[in-house]
Amino acid sequence: MTAALTYPPRTLGPEQEAMRAEVRAFLQKDYADGGFGRGQEAMARYDVEFSRRWGQAGFIGITWPKKYGGRGLTFLDRYVVTEEALAAGAPVGAHWVADRQSGPLLLKYGTEEQRQRFLPRIVAGEAFFCIGMSEPDSGSDLASVRMSATRTDGGWLLNGTKLWTSLAHICHYMIALVRTSPVNPENRHEGMSQMIVDLNAPGVEVRPVYNLAGEHHFNQEVFTDYFLPDENVVGEIGAGWEQVMSELAYERSGPERILSTFQTLVELVRQVGDNPSEVEARAIGRLTAHLMTLRGMSVSVAGMLADGKMPVTEAALVKDLGTNYCKDVPETARLICPPEDGAGGNSRYEKMLKTATLLAPSLTIQGGTREILRGMIARGLGLR
Amino acid sequence: MRTLILDTAERIFRDICDQTLVDKAEKGEWPAGLWQTLEESGLTQAAVPEEQGGAGGTIGDGLYFLKASGRYVAPLPLAETLIAGVLLAEAGAQVPAGPLTIAPVRPNEIIEFSDGKLSGTATRVPFAQGASAIVVATSAGLAIVDPASVTIERDKSMAGEPRDTVIFDGAPATIVGNASPDRIWQLGALARSVQMAGALEGILAMSVQYVQDRKQFGRALSKFQAVQQSLAAMAGQVAAASSAADVAIEATEAGDPGVSIAVAKARVGEAAGIAAELAHQAHGAIGFTHEYALHQFTRRLWAWRDEFGGEPYWQAEIGRLVAKSGADNLWKFASRT
Ligand SMILES: Cc1cc2nc3c(=O)[nH]c(=O)nc-3n(C[C@H](O)[C@H](O)[C@H](O)COP(=O)(O)OP(=O)(O)OC[C@H]3O[C@@H](n4cnc5c(N)ncnc54)[C@H](O)[C@@H]3O)c2cc1C
Repeated sequence: MTAALTYPPRTLGPEQEAMRAEVRAFLQKDYADGGFGRGQEAMARYDVEFSRRWGQAGFIGITWPKKYGGRGLTFLDRYVVTEEALAAGAPVGAHWVADRQSGPLLLKYGTEEQRQRFLPRIVAGEAFFCIGMSEPDSGSDLASVRMSATRTDGGWLLNGTKLWTSLAHICHYMIALVRTSPVNPENRHEGMSQMIVDLNAPGVEVRPVYNLAGEHHFNQEVFTDYFLPDENVVGEIGAGWEQVMSELAYERSGPERILSTFQTLVELVRQVGDNPSEVEARAIGRLTAHLMTLRGMSVSVAGMLADGKMPVTEAALVKDLGTNYCKDVPETARLICPPEDGAGGNSRYEKMLKTATLLAPSLTIQGGTREILRGMIARGLGLR
Repeated sequence: MRTLILDTAERIFRDICDQTLVDKAEKGEWPAGLWQTLEESGLTQAAVPEEQGGAGGTIGDGLYFLKASGRYVAPLPLAETLIAGVLLAEAGAQVPAGPLTIAPVRPNEIIEFSDGKLSGTATRVPFAQGASAIVVATSAGLAIVDPASVTIERDKSMAGEPRDTVIFDGAPATIVGNASPDRIWQLGALARSVQMAGALEGILAMSVQYVQDRKQFGRALSKFQAVQQSLAAMAGQVAAASSAADVAIEATEAGDPGVSIAVAKARVGEAAGIAAELAHQAHGAIGFTHEYALHQFTRRLWAWRDEFGGEPYWQAEIGRLVAKSGADNLWKFASRT
């Protein structure tokens, strides 16, 4: 009689705890050596030099086969590596997308030549990728992408515009979703393909789009007769939709969806001190109970992925709950421990509160909006 | 063994534990048939070793059985019998047959033991009337008390479940081992979390079914996006509650519950309020009637979330532990590493 989605508890084993110790030791030393600046919203914060050190220490592509520079470890090992980096507030933005989804995409659908060309450089923290899905007129309705690729000698000519591309300005490559044949109104998911765009080649212009905090995080890319050689097509021409969908379970359930504002919680605990009032203790306890529960669910999904399952709905639910939780952290913090000048001053606590507040609106939009995710959950419940 | 237990439980509840049975139980009629079937199947003492009168399973078996009972809001002292059995088994004592209960359920109510006799009063004791024995954490240790030797004043929770006042003054008792009122409190919080998680799965299933069956504006309610969105939000709360309860079950079974019981009671209690609200909204007026079964679940959720410490109690407990361990250890605390 149950309609509920289930998240069987998954205990991490001694291998994962050994991995955790390795990552913690690296992060502690790197931080102590003045290596990286701590902060929150790791996917937005980057430090190219940190990514290189991270890659050289062997923390990128750890689930990939050894022949491409990976470590052939499990998805649970990867989970531990990423959650430790995020909890420490390390700037992982530069290599994030390549590690999380571009590499796995190439492993699944790419050619042997593509794997050899890209994977070792990703692992070394030397090739950064971004996601070219959204366009000015295609957001939630991704099947409506318009950017076109038309056949030409030895490759394709790309024309159109991609938008909201996180960190395109520091990335070497974009995996773009493009139309290789006109829309078929009978099946809108047909006729799309994925291609590896070299952002340094002629024919593409990357323009900054400043976010509400005045920061340069995402971009617009305008393509004019950009030549893309055949060897940069990923998978089958026309199978782009299916390929994109297979990335989503990896994209949505990870620790990044529950730890985006973790540093605000850390600083709130520091601010409150070791002798909290009843109200302070309740608020911190509530946020911690949510965090621990979400982590249990997120680890459970990682376990399903490690078992070769595709828990797309389970992942969507974790992203929905997790991102709403991340927004709840700064709102709760400001109520129980108000920043002194209201707008948020310059103590470490106030800085974290300020960045979390400014970042919050994006959390339930990027990677699939709350409404779209809940639509997926409703489908999982059998309502659609 | 666990699959067998759960399959058997599911079948028994589905066959016998219907809305009418719950209704009669709330009016004071003891569901003897349901109890007997469960007891004969060894489910009521699943977590007690065979040589002490149980079915030889683990505490995890007992708790997952309790979760199943929550999906049908079985109106029996299954949680209390489980806790009493576990405490007696730990003490090395023989576990009596029949429905059991525990006291005190509020750790500040002290039941004194001296010269083989008890004194003191325990309030809100679940199902005291009708229990074959009351297992009491006294000032001197664990005791088994015959309900015929105490004074019982009957009362009920808002769910219509017996919550009695038990006056122990003068009741004879023998100490069988150790156990503090605090241990009852912890196990009680765990049991209520697990029962609520089950009941939450129950109201989600009811709501999903209802919006598919009910038609307005010429189509099923489930076709309206606003309805889909609120049921998806409810599914999120239910999944979180169920996960928190399962984590606490597994940690308890592994012998190291740590903070997991506090997390479960705080998180499941919060989910209970939100999900019950959404379930009633999705049902419209019919859900507000006595005739329709939803209230049997939601009234229990509202009652259970406050028993053995509500969210404020357990949140503050966690919060003080976090504060004590310090900001720089928050991650180690939360990831239990
Ligand atoms: C910080 C940030 C980084 C991003 N990075 C990238 C990136 O690297 N690469 C990339 O490709 N994209 C990126 N995006 C884009 C992101 O994927 C889109 O913003 C998202 O898919 C939503 O599209 P939209 O903004 O056009 O909103 P719209 O789709 O126009 O939606 C607007 C509102 O309407 C609601 N809505 C839309 N359709 C429905 C429906 N069917 N039912 C109910 N409600 C609906 C939405 O939920 C939302 O509330 C990023 C966005 C942000 C904010």
